[in-house]
Formats: sequence, structure tokens, C-alpha cells
Amino acid sequence: MPFIPHTDDDIAKMLAAIGAGSVEDLFDEIPDNLRLKSLDCVPDAVSEMEIARLMHDRARMDSGALNFIGGGAYEHHIPAAVWEITTRGEYYTAYTPYQAEASQGTLQLIYEYQTMMTGLTGMEVSNASMYDGASALAEACLMAVRANRAAKSRRILFLGAVNPVYRKVAEVICSAQKIEFIDLPYCPAGGDCVMQSLDKYSGEDLTAVVVQQPNFFGVLEEVGAITDWARAQNALTVAVVNPMSLALLTPPGEWGEHGADIVCGEGQPLGIPLSSGGPYFGFLTTRLSLVRQMPGRVVGRTVDLDGKRGFTLTLQAREQHIRRSKATSNICTNQGLMVTAATIYMSLLGAEGLARVASLSHKRTGELCAALCALPGVERVFKQPFFHEVAIRLDRPVAPLLAQLAEQGILGGLDLSGSHPELGDALLLCATETKTEADIERYRDLLAEILKT
Amino acid sequence: MSEKLIFEHSRSGRRASAQAPLAETAVDLPAKFLRGSPPLLPEVSELQTVRHYTRLSQKNFSIDTHFYPLGSCTMKYNPRACNQLAMLPGFLSRHPLGPESHGQGFLSCMFELQEMLRGVTGMRAVSLTPMAGAQGEFAGVAMIRAYHQARDDNDRNEILVPDAAHGTNPATATMCGYSVREIPTGKDGDVDLEALKAAVGPHTAGIMLTNPSTVGVFDRKIREMSRIVHDAGGLLYYDGANLNAILGKVAPGDMGFDVIHMNLHKTFSTPHGGGGPGSGAVGVGDRLKEFLPLPVVGKEGDRYRWLDEKDLPQSIGRLSAFMGNAGVLLRAYVYIRLLGREGMERVSENATLGANYLMKRLQDAGFTLAYPERRASHELIVTLQKEKNELGVTAMDFAKCLLDHGFHAPTTYFPLLVPECLLIEPTESEAKEDLDGFVEAMIAIREQAKADPEKVKGAPYTLPVRRLDDVRAARQLDLRWQPDTQD
Repeated sequence: MPFIPHTDDDIAKMLAAIGAGSVEDLFDEIPDNLRLKSLDCVPDAVSEMEIARLMHDRARMDSGALNFIGGGAYEHHIPAAVWEITTRGEYYTAYTPYQAEASQGTLQLIYEYQTMMTGLTGMEVSNASMYDGASALAEACLMAVRANRAAKSRRILFLGAVNPVYRKVAEVICSAQKIEFIDLPYCPAGGDCVMQSLDKYSGEDLTAVVVQQPNFFGVLEEVGAITDWARAQNALTVAVVNPMSLALLTPPGEWGEHGADIVCGEGQPLGIPLSSGGPYFGFLTTRLSLVRQMPGRVVGRTVDLDGKRGFTLTLQAREQHIRRSKATSNICTNQGLMVTAATIYMSLLGAEGLARVASLSHKRTGELCAALCALPGVERVFKQPFFHEVAIRLDRPVAPLLAQLAEQGILGGLDLSGSHPELGDALLLCATETKTEADIERYRDLLAEILKT
Repeated sequence: MSEKLIFEHSRSGRRASAQAPLAETAVDLPAKFLRGSPPLLPEVSELQTVRHYTRLSQKNFSIDTHFYPLGSCTMKYNPRACNQLAMLPGFLSRHPLGPESHGQGFLSCMFELQEMLRGVTGMRAVSLTPMAGAQGEFAGVAMIRAYHQARDDNDRNEILVPDAAHGTNPATATMCGYSVREIPTGKDGDVDLEALKAAVGPHTAGIMLTNPSTVGVFDRKIREMSRIVHDAGGLLYYDGANLNAILGKVAPGDMGFDVIHMNLHKTFSTPHGGGGPGSGAVGVGDRLKEFLPLPVVGKEGDRYRWLDEKDLPQSIGRLSAFMGNAGVLLRAYVYIRLLGREGMERVSENATLGANYLMKRLQDAGFTLAYPERRASHELIVTLQKEKNELGVTAMDFAKCLLDHGFHAPTTYFPLLVPECLLIEPTESEAKEDLDGFVEAMIAIREQAKADPEKVKGAPYTLPVRRLDDVRAARQLDLRWQPDTQD
């Protein structure tokens, strides 16, 4: 079923117009020895009914568990209207809005999105999205090197509790740019960065400092002091944030005396389903003074020939289709449809709705943490305040415990022993607003059972 | 009337309250961590939100509403089944870090997709993780770099790129630390072999090629090019933007390519979404197998599992926090299963048929083809230099007039080497009468340009806005709404 409309008669007429004897003739410029002999790897076609049956069966295999995993992707309720509207064909099947007059819907929506993201992060400009949070951080690092010409060293200081996968992805994507990444260990007691640990680098040439708030462990960092310290070293502050948390937490634009310089992160909490890790979207906001170093597309408001308000892609001289090898990034396609969903989500929730989701998510994680830490052999790993996600330590290896929980339909959190073996048998927990008190009791009771054995 | 911004519907105290939990906004954290004032977000009802974004959607052209012959973008029908089945609750609710025991359904689809794409492209192994074509390019060139480094062949600092290449090719080469050398295109549309021979050498890391190329023809000397580059010690990178033209007919691996990226949002019909998400899966030959980006899905017995750094220690690493655009990959999986083996070939046959038909009809109507002696691949180029000289109207004027005629414009002014060009790609899913309608619109626009060129230069007239002031947009930057913004 290749979705081809031509009748035999159409094909005959088209071939006659071309002057070709057969469709095969149209491939006569391709050397014979290049022609594919067989396609055994692709099975025979199935009908829509058959593939639907198969996909329903497979989706069912993966469903039904109660999820307490966060670690960069968070399960929030998504209002019905979000994806009903987002999957309208006019959004779903449009291309990048290069023909502005025929794309005002997408363009105005992106302008509204840019407004919302600058509001959440407290910054002046936003691009139209990056691929995901990790690749957005990589682009933010490259941007910092372009933007901070005063720094000669191309050294970027990563605070220790930045998501370790983000750190790896940034290193892969920046790997050919002669950028040195320096890791600053986090405080084993607090789980955050202690200011004294930065002293070692005071007075050194640094291009940027990367700080995540809340950090990978959910711990809140002293972002004001860190940002001020970075500025004193003439380093830019790159902030990695959870946009949902910004309904409550200080926006990066207000960190310290002058605010962060580049803000990025994972947009998934804003109305995007977990969906095995994607598609999500990365966001990137910054100061107006750095806009020409920003990667990716950006929409501006202007007027048409009649003076009427309209929207168009702007500052395209930064981009690959104009600047080619001199572009700020190779990014072309971004995550437009996800931005559509997030914009509708933020409109439906508003500032108060987002704050309620954030506060209830935090409350539930706190309740879960308290319930589990009341069990013998379970304790919090870090003493500093956390938001919405928290690390606990157990008195035995985590992996077998998680497997037992999973057998009972509970995904009990993220095992930290692989990424952070220094923490011992540690587990990262997250309960969002989607979890009830009964869900938390169920987890506690089951864990209590398992721990008794 | 302009459509209001969502913020202009906002009234203090208005809520879409069913959407948020009944909870306090207060939180038990030290005040120093908390923001002083709420973020600027609209306060609107659910109906206002739904109506606003529905009305905005109606200001878009899309495949579902218009013929969209955007060259190099493969704007074919995106089957609804692919969307519905990728959005089944079991797939949507699966956490990316959930255990493999609770992901066998998803992982089985990914493994099978890897295998099918491997076969279709004639490569040895596939990684699905790159999130767009440009990221697939990055992965490919990073693998080429890793290959040379692993062989201690460290003087190769140059990537060759034809002058007709997509802008992402040179931009990617730069991101991967290479300098870029452009190779000219010959008069017949094929890469200039003599220029290629002169350019390759001990500094050549590789070449990035699209075949059929961006000028809409199949480069007949591809095996020769492959030999020249390989003999010089370089590798060949295939940009899969135009894979729709040869799907099931020619495998890039058989042309001699070492690495390829596929645009699943083109050839495999996942939606473009108004600018993404795409998906840029990569395939590699023997030379680059060890360097594939992670994660990859493996199979042991009847169980599927993630392959990681332990399985592929020489991998270039991870390009995303999880595994790329998983939901897009599910859509591509459903599409390929619906097409089946025989459907693959019918795609390229009918995409090519449509392009050659359109080419002949436009030629018969008196338009100038960029490469009249050649077969079109799945797309073709018309140059409007003559119309510009004689009538004073440009390719951009034609593009804007086409919008008034109810057709999305073809790609304009790309490739850069053909003046006043339209790059037109009809795809296999457009009916003959729609192709005929497009030709008639082109003829009507030219007639109008003869009668009243100023009218053509003022188009479009029937869309939500007329031509926009791009200079003002760039000079008086207005990138967000502010409460005191005046119209």
C-alpha cells in the first residue's frame, strides 16, 4: 500500500507525455550494475488492520507499570487538547516555515513560544528549539565559545552534578572544536557545589561554567553565588534547567547580580509524552546581546506590504543554508511539532497551573522520600534541599531490588550505581503530580516486603 | 485583521482550571531559591486556547491541505495510521530509562527497523539515534574522523563537498573540525571528475555526496568517484535527502558509500511537523561499523536489549539524552511495514514518473529546464532567468504567485549554481490532475507577468499576509511579545 493515486490510465498517459515506453525506462541513466538485486530484508506489505493489531500487541507489552523514574524525562499529565490540536494536519504535515506568507500559523506560534520561554527563563531571546536537552547543552557550549571572545582558553567548567549523559553528549558534539571540559566534583555530603571548591579556579581563564538547577540529583544549587563567581572570572554562565521547575524557582535571568548568559534544557515536561525518549525538544534562551551567536531558527515580528503585522524567520545569516561552512551550527530541522505541543500546554496551564503541577510534583516526591526513608536501611543521600527529585541510599544493591519491584509493576527509580558508583547503593526517585498517595503507599509497602527478605 | 496573539486574549484571573491539579502553589523551600513574580504566560480559557491554535493552524499550507512540491524535502502523504499507532498509550507512557523487561514491544520495532533500513541501503549496520538529517551528517563525519584517527592517519583535514550540496554538508564538516573544499558540478549536472581528481590527496578525509544530486539527476559516474576517493584514502558519505528517488532500486552501499544518513521524515514519510522532529538514522559499511553512535538495539535469543559502550567501545558516543526521536522511528516502522518490499520500489518509480511528467509538461509549456538532456530523478529544476530578463519577474515572484494559485512554492534559489531556479519535487502521492494544475498555474503566472508584471511582483494577495518586510524583521528585532508592545 504505497499511497500512490495513479490509475493504469494515468500512468499510460504520463508515460506517453514523457515519451517513455515504461516506468523502467525512466531509470535508464542508472548503470545496470548498480541495480538492487533483492530486498529480502523487507517483509511483504501488511494491511492497516494487520499492522494495527501488531502495534497494539507490542504497545501492550510495554504498558501498565507505575513509574517513579525521572532522570531528565518526567511523567506529567498532558491535557487532552494539547495533542488533539497539535496533530491537526496543518501543523503535523507542514514544512519549516520558509514561505512565510503560507506559514503564518506556525510562525506566530513560534513567536508565542519564544515569548513564553523567555518569560519562564527570565531571558531576552529564545530560538525556535533544538533537538533535546543534551544536544541543546552541546550547542550552548559551542555558542559560549563563540560569544566569549575575551576568554582564550576554550575551557568549560562543568559542575559535578550536571546530568552525566548531557556532559557526555556535549563532549561528543564539541569533540572537534578543541574545547577542554573540566569537571568540578560535587560535595559528597550536600550533593551540590560548595563555593570553596571553585576557589581552585579563581583567576583562571575560563570560557564558561555549566550549572544545572535543580541538578541531576534534584539538589538545589547556590546558583546566585555560582553565577556571580563565573562573572568575576569573565566566564559565561550556562544554565541547564527544567522548565517546569521555573514556575516556582528563580529564573536563570535573575541568578546573582547579572543573571545567567545562556539557558538551555529539556522541554519534555511541557506537554510532551515520555515516549521512550523522544521526540522531545531542547530549548535555548539568551541575552539580546548574544543573539547573533545563537544557533537555530528564530522568528521575528514585522509588517507586510500593507503595514499589517506578520511573522517571519529572521537573522538567517547565522544559519547553514546561508552561511554554509561558516554557520553557527549545522542544525536545520528542529523539533517544531513538539514546540507546538508545548506552546498549547503552557497556554492551557498558565503560570498558576504550571506552579500547581510543579508544587504538587515536589510534594509527592517529598512524601515518597519520607515514606521510603521510614523503612529500615533506607536514607537520603544528600542533606541539601531538593526539588521534585531525590536520591536515597539502600542497604543492599539496587538492581535486584528494582527488578523485583518491576515484576510487581513498579518502576522504582533510576539506579545510580552505574553513573555514580561513589554513592554506593543509591537510587534516584521522582514522583510527579500523576502519583497519588495510594500509589506511594503501594510502593512503600512493596519495598518493605522486599527489604524484609 | 491580524490574528491576536494568545497573550492578547489573556485576562487576569482567567483559568483553564480543569487542566491543572487542585493543589497549592506554595512549596516548602527556602525563599532564596524561589522566583519573586510569576512568569509571563497567558491566562486564557480552554476554549480560547483551542480556538486560537485551531485558527492559527488554518493559516498554514500543509501536505494535508495543499500540493507542496518543495524540492529536496519529499513532502509526500504522511499516513494517519503511522501517527495513531505510534501514539498508542503503551508507547507514549514508556519511560526511556525503564527496564528492558518493560520495553520489549518498543525494542522489537526498533530492531526490525534497523534491519529493514540496513537492507534497503545496502549497509552493514544501522543506528537510529540521530535526531535529524544534520545530526545524522554529524554522526557520519564524526565516524569518518574516528576511522582515520584509529588508523593514526592524522593529516586528513579536508572534506570535499560538491558546490550543489545542501548547506548542512559544509556546516557539518566544520563542526567536525574539517576544512571544506568545494568541487564544481559539470555542465551535464554530474560532479566534475577532473576537478575531483585534482582535489583528492593525502589531506582528503572524505567526500559528502547526494545521489541523485541536488540538481535532480543521478550521477552516473558514482562508481568512478568512489574509486578516486577511496584510492586517495578518503571515505564516501551519502546524504540521504534524495533517497526517495532510488528506494528499492539502488542501494547506496552498492554505489561505494561507507556511511549514509537517511531522512526518515522524507523517504519514510514521518511528518515534517512545521520544522521537525526529523530523524537522521545512519547506516555504515564494514570500515565504520565499530564507530556507530549509541544506543543501538541488539537481539539475543528472543530478547531485545540496548547495546552500549561495553558492546561498542569505539563508538563516537551518544548524541542525545536517550535514544533520539523514538516516536518518529515508530512511525517510520509502521510506514515500511505498510509499504512492504514491493511498495518500496513503487515509491521510487512513481516519484520519478511524476517528476519526469512534470518536467516534460513544463518544457512543452516553454519553461527552461536546467538539465534538459537528462532524466529527472524524483525532482527537477526550472530556471526562470529568461522570464526575469524578458518580463522582469523573478523565481521568488513565481513562488509567491503560486501560493495565490493554491500551491505551495517549490524550493527557490537552491541549488545555488542555477540562477532563478525552482527545485520541484512532486512525490509519488500526488495525482496527475494536481500535477496538471501546477503546470497550468505556472503558465497562468507567466501570462500575467506579460500582461501586468507589477501585479505578479505584488503577490501574494489571498493569504493572511502579503510579502513581509524581512529587512525590518532583522534590523528592528522583535523576537517576543512584551506587555507594552504596540502594533
